[in-house]
Amino acid sequence: MDFLNGLVAFLNFVFVPGLAYGAQLAIGALGVTLIYGILRFSNFAHGDTMAFGTMVTIAFTYLFQNLGLSLGPLPTALLALPFGIAGTALLLLGTDRLIYKFYRQQKAAPVILVIVSMGVMFVMNGIVRFLIGTEDRSFLDGERFIISARAFKEMTGLQEGLAIRTSQGLTVLTAVVVVALLFWFLNKTRTGKSMRAFSDNEDLALLSGINPERVVMVTWLIVACLATIAGVLYGLDKSFKPFTYFQLLLPIFASAIVGGLGNPLGAIAGGFVIAFSEVTITYAWKKVLGYWLPESLAPDSLVQLMSTDYKFAVSFAILIIVLLFRPTGLFKGQSV
Amino acid sequence: MNRITIWIVAIIVVISAGFFGWYQPKMRAQEDAASAALAAEQAAAEAAAEAEAAALAEANMIKIGIILGFTGPLESITPAMGAGAEMAIAEVNAAGTLLGGSAVTAIRADSTCIDAAAATAAAERLVTSDGVHAIMGADCSGVTGAILQNVARPNGIVMISPSATSPGLSTAEDDGLFFRTAPSDARQGVVMTQILMDRGINVVALTYTNNDYGKGLADSFEAAFIEAGGTVTISAAHEDGKADYSAEVGALASAGGEVLVVAGYTDQGGKGIIQASLDSGAFDTFVLPDGMVGQQLVDDIGDALNGSFGQFPGTDSQGAEMFQAMATEAGFDGTGAFAPESYDAAALIMLSMAAAGSSASADIKDHVMDVANAPGEEIFPGELAKAIEILAAGGDIDYVGATAVELIGAGESAGNYREIEIGDGAINTVRFR
Repeated sequence: MDFLNGLVAFLNFVFVPGLAYGAQLAIGALGVTLIYGILRFSNFAHGDTMAFGTMVTIAFTYLFQNLGLSLGPLPTALLALPFGIAGTALLLLGTDRLIYKFYRQQKAAPVILVIVSMGVMFVMNGIVRFLIGTEDRSFLDGERFIISARAFKEMTGLQEGLAIRTSQGLTVLTAVVVVALLFWFLNKTRTGKSMRAFSDNEDLALLSGINPERVVMVTWLIVACLATIAGVLYGLDKSFKPFTYFQLLLPIFASAIVGGLGNPLGAIAGGFVIAFSEVTITYAWKKVLGYWLPESLAPDSLVQLMSTDYKFAVSFAILIIVLLFRPTGLFKGQSV
Repeated sequence: MNRITIWIVAIIVVISAGFFGWYQPKMRAQEDAASAALAAEQAAAEAAAEAEAAALAEANMIKIGIILGFTGPLESITPAMGAGAEMAIAEVNAAGTLLGGSAVTAIRADSTCIDAAAATAAAERLVTSDGVHAIMGADCSGVTGAILQNVARPNGIVMISPSATSPGLSTAEDDGLFFRTAPSDARQGVVMTQILMDRGINVVALTYTNNDYGKGLADSFEAAFIEAGGTVTISAAHEDGKADYSAEVGALASAGGEVLVVAGYTDQGGKGIIQASLDSGAFDTFVLPDGMVGQQLVDDIGDALNGSFGQFPGTDSQGAEMFQAMATEAGFDGTGAFAPESYDAAALIMLSMAAAGSSASADIKDHVMDVANAPGEEIFPGELAKAIEILAAGGDIDYVGATAVELIGAGESAGNYREIEIGDGAINTVRFR
């Protein structure tokens, strides 16, 4: 019984939150890694693209709520998601036409594109704040929990509760579906194959008759999907605040780099590595060990390796170690 | 190509429809705000005209600098604070009896709340170029300390801050020039300890936002709570605006405690921690200090917050109500945070001048404590004329004002707090401490 209690405490405070956060980072990192692989630059505007997509989704969520539309136990935002994706796609295609296309034609060095993307980031930052404001917003409706801590305790008779939020379940489920779809698209469809060919060797791809503008357009469309989905899932799970989305950029880049930039599989692995390193290394094991060890050995201290202040230091230390020993990331990506 | 254009136009139309739906309620709110702003502007213009007329009538001029963060993080509450201080000045001018009929002028300056260099430059301008006799301000603890050391002390100018709460200012070198009508957060730590002890809670977990406010409050609370025999199982900082708080909540839950003390902000990490704690069943009850008391938090979290409790500066003195009425009449929001403290700060400066019989800072700094504390006749908001009369006749007053002012220690408010408990989606007052 004590063993189960300890296990449940671990699941509730480490595994479930880590899994959901990891899935959110993974979808975000997929977008970054696709742009890096195909368009060959690090897109600093990704966090604000997520914010923009979420903002459009929120606008439609409010509209649907006013019209009385809902999905029952599921959040209305899912219904608004396609509109959010459409809006983001328009924004990204427009940005590409207006800005990135010029530099592509100039054959500008990747570092110039990175700086350009920073400029785009500040503009998007401003657009989002201008349209929706800077304050914190929660747009989750429907059933909040799949199972709440209290219900779990009553059901099992354990001392520890296990809570799984609808948003956490949705996040993990959506992540699986999105990743499966993306891999199917990249590996099985003609367009996907042409994108991979373009990513591997641009000149060869051109010689075999692949239209580069079409590849670029499809890439931006996929990135719009990924960014909006990641942003909406994150917003449902926590809340929407433009500043937080801007801050999300760091863990997302860390995930993409740890996994190997340009490698989709690596982005997913990286997302989970970063999320779990933030949650587990700074976790205080007192409660879990209190259940697992005999009473005489139960710890008085917190059994915390280091304070939660250091959680970012931990994920960046992992980033540096990985880059030192495997410069291309855990999975074989392009070196930075 | 044509088909693509049609598609793009169609998508734009649909998206603008969505935004229209979302903006409708917002536009209505903006219209209301606009009409309110118009009314406030008119009132301000009237007040300015009055002040000008008074200034023309008198040649003998007293200048008071009002330095607050009119831009920056506090820009939403400083307009009411400035209006509060200027209301006290207008009241004294209307009486026209201060120092044999001198008129008082207010000169505003921007402290920015966060930029010490800009605040110092603005204060320097007030003192050297405008020649103010005393300063009402500044607002945030950091810039207040900077102005005190770089401008007030070198020039010997009295400063009374309405809102700097950092415990560090209690022990700062001030040559007897610095006072504040806001309590130190050290006092809030003691009040919070009393509230917890009265409820029979001895073991708490503590998390604070990682800045001067959060750290100062957390340290003073932890010291007071341990001295009173309580146990703090963990004191963990959280960064505002971060992506995820699972790690913090995991550590807090593991450390355990009957309640969780959250020294943070309602729309920042504090809210994230409370939400995650409730969801995971880590804590059911939260203790909310002043930065966490807000209706927005209650609305966002909902029923789960019922039973949580806390405290924020407030008083049941009748002065508070009198001030509200005066503020409503003057056309600004008297319930705004630190607006009453601002009125009191400006009033104390002018009453000390009356007591000293001089407008020079060197003379008035010794009279601030006498004017603010007993013995003497109690003075409420709106009675500044009466107070000046008593002081001019050589009498003694005890300024109560809008916030039941009682200066202790190095010249800071003793601090009255309103103990609150959340119930049925509302913030209810339990009692005053």
